[in-house]
Formats: sequence, C-alpha cells, structure tokens
Amino acid sequence: MFGDYSLTDLSSIFVMQGFAGLILFSVYTLMALGLAIIFGQMGVINMAHGEFMILGAYVTYLCSGFFQTHLPALFPAYFFVAMALAFIASGALGMLVEWALIRHLYKRPLDTLLATWGLSLILQQTYRTIFGAREVGVELPAWLIGSVQVTDSIEIPINGMFVMAITTLITIGVALLMYRSRFGAQVRAVVQNRPMAGAVGIDTERVDRLTFGLGCGIAGIAGSAFTMVGSTGPTSGQLYIVDTFLIVVFGGAASLLGTIASAFSISQTQSTLEFFLSGSTAKVITLLAVVGILMLRPQGLFTLKVRR
Amino acid sequence: MLQTTPAPLFAPHIQGGVQPMLAIRDLHAAYGQSEVLHGLDITVAPAEIVAVMGRNGMGKSTLMKTLMGIVPVKSGSIAVDGTPVAALKSHQRVAQGLAYVPQGRMIFSAMTVQENIETGLTVTNERRVPGDLYEMFPVLLEMKGRRGGNLSGGQQQQLAIARALASRPKVLLLDEPTEGIQPSIIREMGRTLKKIRDARGLSIVVSEQVLSFALDVADRVLVIENGHIVHESLRADIDEAKVARFLSV
Repeated sequence: MFGDYSLTDLSSIFVMQGFAGLILFSVYTLMALGLAIIFGQMGVINMAHGEFMILGAYVTYLCSGFFQTHLPALFPAYFFVAMALAFIASGALGMLVEWALIRHLYKRPLDTLLATWGLSLILQQTYRTIFGAREVGVELPAWLIGSVQVTDSIEIPINGMFVMAITTLITIGVALLMYRSRFGAQVRAVVQNRPMAGAVGIDTERVDRLTFGLGCGIAGIAGSAFTMVGSTGPTSGQLYIVDTFLIVVFGGAASLLGTIASAFSISQTQSTLEFFLSGSTAKVITLLAVVGILMLRPQGLFTLKVRR
Repeated sequence: MLQTTPAPLFAPHIQGGVQPMLAIRDLHAAYGQSEVLHGLDITVAPAEIVAVMGRNGMGKSTLMKTLMGIVPVKSGSIAVDGTPVAALKSHQRVAQGLAYVPQGRMIFSAMTVQENIETGLTVTNERRVPGDLYEMFPVLLEMKGRRGGNLSGGQQQQLAIARALASRPKVLLLDEPTEGIQPSIIREMGRTLKKIRDARGLSIVVSEQVLSFALDVADRVLVIENGHIVHESLRADIDEAKVARFLSV
C-alpha cells in the first residue's frame, strides 16, 4: 500500500495524518477523561456520555450564533466563553442526573448501563426537537482558520493546535485536581471504599455529585472542541461513545496516565491507517489490536502496584 | 478512669452524676429482615475504655457499624456527648465526635500514608496532619509517602487509628484491633490506646475476642451474645473464668 508514494511523500503523509490523529486524540482524551472519572472512579457505565459532549457542542453553536448577531466585536474571543458555558451546562445537567437517577443505582452498576442508555435516547430526541435533525456547524473566528506551512508538503491547521493546547491544559488541571487537591483525595477515598470514606467524615453523596458533574463538564468541553473538527447532530455523540469506552478500558480503569496513553495509541493508529485503507478497515485493525492486547493484559495498559 | 461506685447492671444511663460520653438505649439493628441487635443499652463515661467481648457472629461488628451509621438503626437511640446521632449519616456522626477503626483496618490502599490521615481531617477543616499524630506513631512519619496498601498489618492498624484520631473524636470505636497482629505489637497497641486516652481524655469502645488484651486496656468489660448484653463487670472485680466461658466455642 506504500508502493505508490515516494519517501518524502510518505513522511509528509505520516506527519500530517499524525497531526490529524492528534486532533482526534484531543477529543478522545477529553471524552475519556470525563469517562475515566465516572467509569474508572465511580464504576458507573455512562452510556449518555456522548450526549453530554453533544450538549457542549450545541452550547458552542448557540454561543457562536449569539456573538455573531449581538456582539460581533467580541466574536474572536467567543470560543473561550463557549467552552466555559459548555462546561457549566454539561456539568449542571450531570449533577442533576446524578441526583435524580444515578445515585439510586450505585449498588447495581449494570443497571446504570440501561438507565443511562435510556437517558441518552431521551437526550437525543430532545436535541432533535430543539435543534432539528440536520447537523449544524459553528462559524470559527478568523484567527482559528488557516494553517501553518511547515515545509512544501506539510501543513498544520491552527484550530488543531488550539484544540491540543486546550486539551493539554485541561488534562494537567484534572491531574492536579485529582492527585494534589483535598477534593481529589476525597474522591479517591470514596472510590476505594464508600462506607469507610463516610466513616472518616467525608460527605460521600456530595463528592459523588461533584465528581459526576466534573466528568460530564469535561465532556461538555470535549463537545466544544469537537465543533472545530466535525459537525454537530443529535446522534453525533453515539459515534464516539464506544471508542471512548474502549480507551478507558484499554488504558486501565482508574489510571489517568493509562487513559492518555491509550487515547494516543488508538487515535494515531486509526488516523494513520485511515489514509491508506478505508475508514472501516482501519477501525477493524485498531479494534483487533486492542482486543488482542486486552487478552494478554486484561487489567489494561497501566495499573497501580499495590497490595489489595 | 475507674469508677469508684460499680455501675448497675444494664442501662446505667448516668454514672456518678456525669453526663455519659456515649449513651446507647434500646438499640435494635437489622440486616434487612434479620434483626441482629435486640435492644442494647450501653453507657460509656468520659475517658472510659470499654471492651465489648463475644464470639464470632454475636453482634460485635454490627454494633460498631450501627454506631457508625453503616448499618441502619431500626429503633432506639444513640447520643454522643448529649447529641442524638442515630438519624445522622456517617460523616455527620464523625463531625459529632465519633471515630471508627474498622475490622480489617480498611485503609485506602492506593493512597499514601499521609493522604490516608488527611482524609480524617475533613470534618476539622485543618490543612495539615497535626504533629502529635506522627509523634504517637513515628513509623507513619517514616512511611508517609508510601501507599497504604504496601504497609504491614501492624503499620496499617496504626494508620487506621491515626486516621480516626485526625478527626479529633470524643469517642473512638475499634473493631477487633488485634486481629491478625503479632503479640508484641498487640501489647504496644494496648499501651498506645491508654496513652491516647490519658492525653486526650476520649472514651474508647473496643470490640475484642482476646481476653488478655481486653483485661490489659479496658476499665469495664461487656459480653455480648446473640445481640444481647449478657454480662458486665468492672476490670477490678472481673471473674476471668466466667468471661472466658462466654468466649469459648
């Protein structure tokens, strides 16, 4: 399959596909971070995670429209406002869902799968009713459009670099929150032993609610970033949820580093193979590789070395 | 603190005119339909160490879990320093002055020793681990960066006690602290518990199967059998043979 290309072509292809893979990696990482917190830390299988992401995307779309018509002067900066609002909207919906639905199901983890799947259907229909079935796209501000010409054959899009920068910042922020703050310590304590965490004085219900909200909020930011690389429709989230679960399981539940490493390897394999083969063949090969590795290492890529 | 007047058997709500630190009245608790505690009355004076003894399956751990809010109270009341806590959630009971060292330690194994102790600070709003805890358990200072799960059993027990003490409790509950610990460490633990009581004036309720340990630390010994208190005596005038008969299988 490489036969038709010269060596320079091939290296350019690898660099540019690698970069396209990095944008995919960013969206995956943001999605998987939220899911890793909710699934890896709380054991809740959140099938509606993609819909929380799409909520963020729709919020970004609404923001873009609002700034265009009412505040055109501030339009170049609207994306930052949109991301903050996407985080708040998805986070608030997440906390509401935790309160109304999830907290009753902590003792029945498999039922969370059904309940959140139902929730995802409800949300999809709600989006369809409010925004219509047709996919929508956002208007990017001028400074995000275009690309940097690195060599004659290599071009790197600016919005991709922006998405990556945002992802890096948020990942560092989440890592600091989980491993350096008191809230993070409380979350990890609740995750390891819920009754015992209560018995040392941690308000476990509050921690659960905030954790779930945080995971959903990050999905909202993922949705915001997603609008730059794809168009938003009621079911767009569905395309990502399976891949994201795969990433979390492949990386090893409850390991942030594992999640990032696994998002990177899966998105890069996917993106590079896509150029040479068809999209579905690329997916088949990626999935086969993941299944093979998981058979050899069922606990995922990264695990904690500690006595249980 | 030994009482000079022997407490009356069962339900001694007020001892020598002092408000009890922990007052349990007619406590019933059940797992679903199956009732395990059938109306317990226990009173613990300030700075008193009470040992609750009994064989496996007699309700010792259930009593501890019910006091902590892990097993729900079916009926009856629990008061800590005069404040009723039976309707409160676990973390609210901790804020009212209860602290718990569970059977099997239950430390957070993936977290470091220091993080484990810090979880106990949640209700006190302190930021740092108080120095006196590390003074009491110097081995924990040495190991503060290690993961809790990689400590030995005895070290984990000390960590669980330090974590409980971090919340500045009025009443410390210990569920079978000697289980799986080597004898030399058990003696050391007895000394530590009495030292903590003397330094902080807190009340301690410890459930035990090992009679020698109970006689070493406790001011008063209760025997629980099938969810009832069947025997109670001060350490000073305990009939060892009788208590041992309750404990033999």
